[in-house]
This record gives sequence, structure tokens and C-alpha cells, in this order.
Amino acid sequence: MAAMAGLLTPAEWEALALSLRVAFVAVMAGLPFAFLAALVLARCRFPGKALFDGIVHLPLVLPPVALGYLLLISFGTRAPLGAFLLANFGIRFVFSWTGAALASAILTFPFQVRAIRLSLEAESAGIAEAAECLGAGPLDRVFSLHIPLAAPGILAGLVTAFAACLGEFGAIITFVSNIPGETRTLPLAIFTAIQTPGGEEAAARLATLSIALALLGLVLADWVSRRMRRIVGA
Amino acid sequence: MSEGIWLRHELGVFKLDASFAFGDAPGVTALFGASGAGKSTIIHAIAGLLRPQSGRVTLNGQVLLDTERGIFIPARRRRIGVVFQDLRLFPHLSVRSNLVYGMRRARLPSSNPALRRTVQLLGLEGLLERKPSMLSGGERSRTALGRALLMNPRALLLDEPLAALDAPKKAEILPYLERLVHETKIPMLYVSHSLDEVAQLADRMVVLNGGRVVAEGSLFDVTAQLDLFTGAHRLPGAVLEATIACHDLSHGLSELAFAGGTLIVPAIPRPVGDKVRIRIDADDVMLALVRPEGVSANNVLPAAITAIRQDGANADVQLALGGAHLIARITSRSLERLELKPATRVFALIKSVTVGGREQA
Repeated sequence: MAAMAGLLTPAEWEALALSLRVAFVAVMAGLPFAFLAALVLARCRFPGKALFDGIVHLPLVLPPVALGYLLLISFGTRAPLGAFLLANFGIRFVFSWTGAALASAILTFPFQVRAIRLSLEAESAGIAEAAECLGAGPLDRVFSLHIPLAAPGILAGLVTAFAACLGEFGAIITFVSNIPGETRTLPLAIFTAIQTPGGEEAAARLATLSIALALLGLVLADWVSRRMRRIVGA
Repeated sequence: MSEGIWLRHELGVFKLDASFAFGDAPGVTALFGASGAGKSTIIHAIAGLLRPQSGRVTLNGQVLLDTERGIFIPARRRRIGVVFQDLRLFPHLSVRSNLVYGMRRARLPSSNPALRRTVQLLGLEGLLERKPSMLSGGERSRTALGRALLMNPRALLLDEPLAALDAPKKAEILPYLERLVHETKIPMLYVSHSLDEVAQLADRMVVLNGGRVVAEGSLFDVTAQLDLFTGAHRLPGAVLEATIACHDLSHGLSELAFAGGTLIVPAIPRPVGDKVRIRIDADDVMLALVRPEGVSANNVLPAAITAIRQDGANADVQLALGGAHLIARITSRSLERLELKPATRVFALIKSVTVGGREQA
């Protein structure tokens, strides 16, 4: 452990821990919404579905800086929504790590929705009908069929989104700034190191760490999804 | 209000307009017809998975659907067991969890003796902890049957449950189905286009063609009708009920008594007195004006012609033998040569008899 601790400076460890915390909170908070959106997209037909699909996928193509700006003007302490949350619930997103989690959750939302949707669409439609004939209502079917059958996709989506969260930069620096120990995640720490004279070595170390984490995330996502598929028997 | 089914539904060029009796008595009603005749639409409408444009479904005195009065009980509250053609087992659940899925939702305790009985009846004892992907085709069919049975349904709808199985697997399942028919008092609607299955299981028969009911009645009456089908969709022959009269073990034969006389068939491994279903295909019946001498056929029975239907080169001749009816298929040329007409007395030479497995209680 001591040898490991020596690999990074305390500030860099802090950045890594913060990155993991932000990513974890972001994917967990996004999951229920992602599942609902995926269920709607996989199972329902309604006018305006294409628009809904577009909005869900917007973060994939939207410049993260633009999202950070949008969040700043909506959740800033002087913006109506931000002021309301602060006054009534004491919730402040700007310049706080929770803001970084919010931005990351929105940006990686499409990854979760896509993975879950694919899983839901792979479930044969007849299974839900069979459950209906056996007395299961809509909510019952979500918990007894759709969630367990979509478990491989849910987990794969979680891991992919988690790995993507670790790379978020533009939206975070725009929305919640670059505060050491509060909002300076790994990518922001790399950026800071590059900006600092003599920080090349630190930047290289952190970049290597980022690559390793991203790779690990993708491999894990694949492994988890294959393993779950076997367990689920689908 | 009378029990039964009345449905009218149009979908593109397909038009369903069918009404028939179902559910007023235990027993199996076969819904028979070629693919595209509307069988699956009827099953879906009765189960509540499809809302027909107009219709009425009454079972056990309860109205489940009445479009005129705006009644539509959703599928999950109809308590109708359905065995789908593709079975639709839940792949993530064990056989046991599949079996109790409907039971739990019907608030039946899973300690219910019905569970043990059904598991035994369907021979699922060793399979309870397996996932459906680890089952054979026949075992999957049995699990689907059990799952539908255990919800304690007011009726059971079987949508070609054997269609996905090959002949040996079918032969494996049919005895289970027969036991089920005898040991439960649930009215069953059995969709099939196999007369062999229907002949073994059904009491009543509803024949569908192009979305309409073209015949309805007891299995024996319906299979003895001439004009139900044309071409490839015709029924291959009449189904009769017979009693095992005696065995001739030295020749490996059994003698069957039926309303039209006696028949000699290859030995049936059943005690004397048992009732069996037999099917006599129209192609296996020859006609003679005088009792033929020196023929190899064991079964030559006097009969009277009751109806004739000519269809191109072939002619189907309906025969009455005592209280039973048979159909013989001969060529139109033979029909003319023998000058056969309704009421002509003939002798029927029966070359082959298919013996179904069904015992009558």
C-alpha cells in the first residue's frame, strides 16, 4: 500500500478518489431515469417518439462545454432553478462535486439508455403477454421480467457510463470550475498539470492512469454482460 | 346470458366472424382449421390480449368481454390459462419459479397440494431447479402446461402446444395431455391443425375456415361430415369410438365393437372393455356392391350410403353403419361404374384403422 501510495501525490490521489465518487453517484442517480427512458423507447409507440429519442441522445453530440454553460445558467445561485433549490432544499450544484456528478450523469445518460434499451428489445414480446395472462400487472412485469431480463444491459450500461464519467472535462470545468479537492477530477488534474510549468511528468502519470481505468472499464463491461447473460439464461 | 364466444374482428383483408359454444361443460373443444383461419386471433381475444371490434366472451357465467355493453376485463384479471405455441417460459426463472408465477399472483399458497400434484402429473419432479434453457422440448411444453394449470384457471387455451415438437416428442406429451384432460375439470380450447391430436383429445370440434365457423358439434359428428373442406384442407377421415371386445393373442389381434359392427385391428395393449378412439381414413375404405369373397381385408362391413360429394376426379361417400358414420374416398369413375347413389347398400372394406390412445372414464 505504501509503495502504491508513493505512485501519486496526495493531491493526485484526491483527484482519483473524487473522480470515482463523482462517476459512481452520476451513474447511480442516472440509472432509474435511464431505465424508464429505455422502457419507453423499447416498448411504447407515441407521437413525438423520434423527438424524445433525439433528446435522450443529445448529450452524445452536444459539446460538453455547451452543456456546462446551460447548467450554469439554470443552476447558478442567481438563476431561478438554482436559487429555488438553494432556498428550499439547501442544494447547491455550482462549484460543488455534486454539480460535477450532475453534469456527468447527463452526459453519460445515452450510454445507459442504449445498453438497457438493447436488452429490453431482445426480450421476446410474448413473454410479457404470458405474464399478463398469469395475472401480472404492468409494474409487476417491470420488476419480475423486464428488470431481471435486462440485467446484462443494465450492468453493461452502468460500467460503460462509469468509464465515460471518468473522462468528463468540458462540462465540469465550465459548470463547477476547477477547485482542488472539490471539483478537480482526474481530467481536470491532468489539465492543471499541463498548465503548470514542470508538470509534464505528473500529466503523463495521470494520463496513463486514465487510460488504464478506461480500458479496465470497457473490459469489465463486456465480461459482466456476458456473465449476466448466462445467469439470466437469455 | 348464454355461455360462449362471439367475435367479430377485421384486420386488413382478414375478417373474423365466429361464434361457438365453449366453457359450459368440462372437456376439450378442438378449434380446427388451416393456418390463417383465425384460430390464434380467437385465442388472443378470449385471453384478453386482443380487443376485437365487436364480440362477447362469457365463461362460468362471467362476462369477460361485451363490446356492446363496454365490458372488457383485462387479461391479467381473466384467470384464463394460456399455453402459447412458442410456450413463452420465463428464461431467467427456474422451472419451479415458472410454475408458481401464476399461482402467486392468484394468491394461492405455494404450499398448495396442487403444486405437488401437478408436478407429479406432468413428470416434472427432477426438473424443478433447472432453467428453461436446460430443458428438452417436451419438458418445456410440460412446464408451460403446468404453469397455466397452476393458476387455477376458469378455462385453458392451448394454442398448438405440440406444433413445435417432432413426432416422437408429440407422442411423449400426448399421454400427459390426456391425463390432464381426465384429471381436471377445466374446459379446454385446443387449437390444432392435426387431426391425430384432435382425435385423441377432443370431445367437441369447431371447424374454422376463412375466419368463419363452418362446423361445430361432437367430434364424431363433425369428422363424418363431407363438405367441410376442399383440396388440401379436407379432413382425412372419420373418428369413431369403439370398445375392446376381445383379444386374439395367437394372431396378435384385438376385436373392437362399435356402433356399426366389429373391427379386427392389431392387438391393443388394453384390457377388454376399455374404450378407444379410432380413426378411419377415407383413403383406406373401399366399396363393393356385393360382399366380396376371398379378400385379404379383415374388415368388411355392410353400410348404406347417406351422402355423396364429387370433387373433380374424386368422390367422397358418406356411409352409415348402424349409428356410426364413415367416409370413403373413391374415384368419380368408380362412382359412375357402380352407380352409387344415396341409400345404395354397399359393403365397406376397411384396409387400416388408426387407434388413438384415449381411454374413456
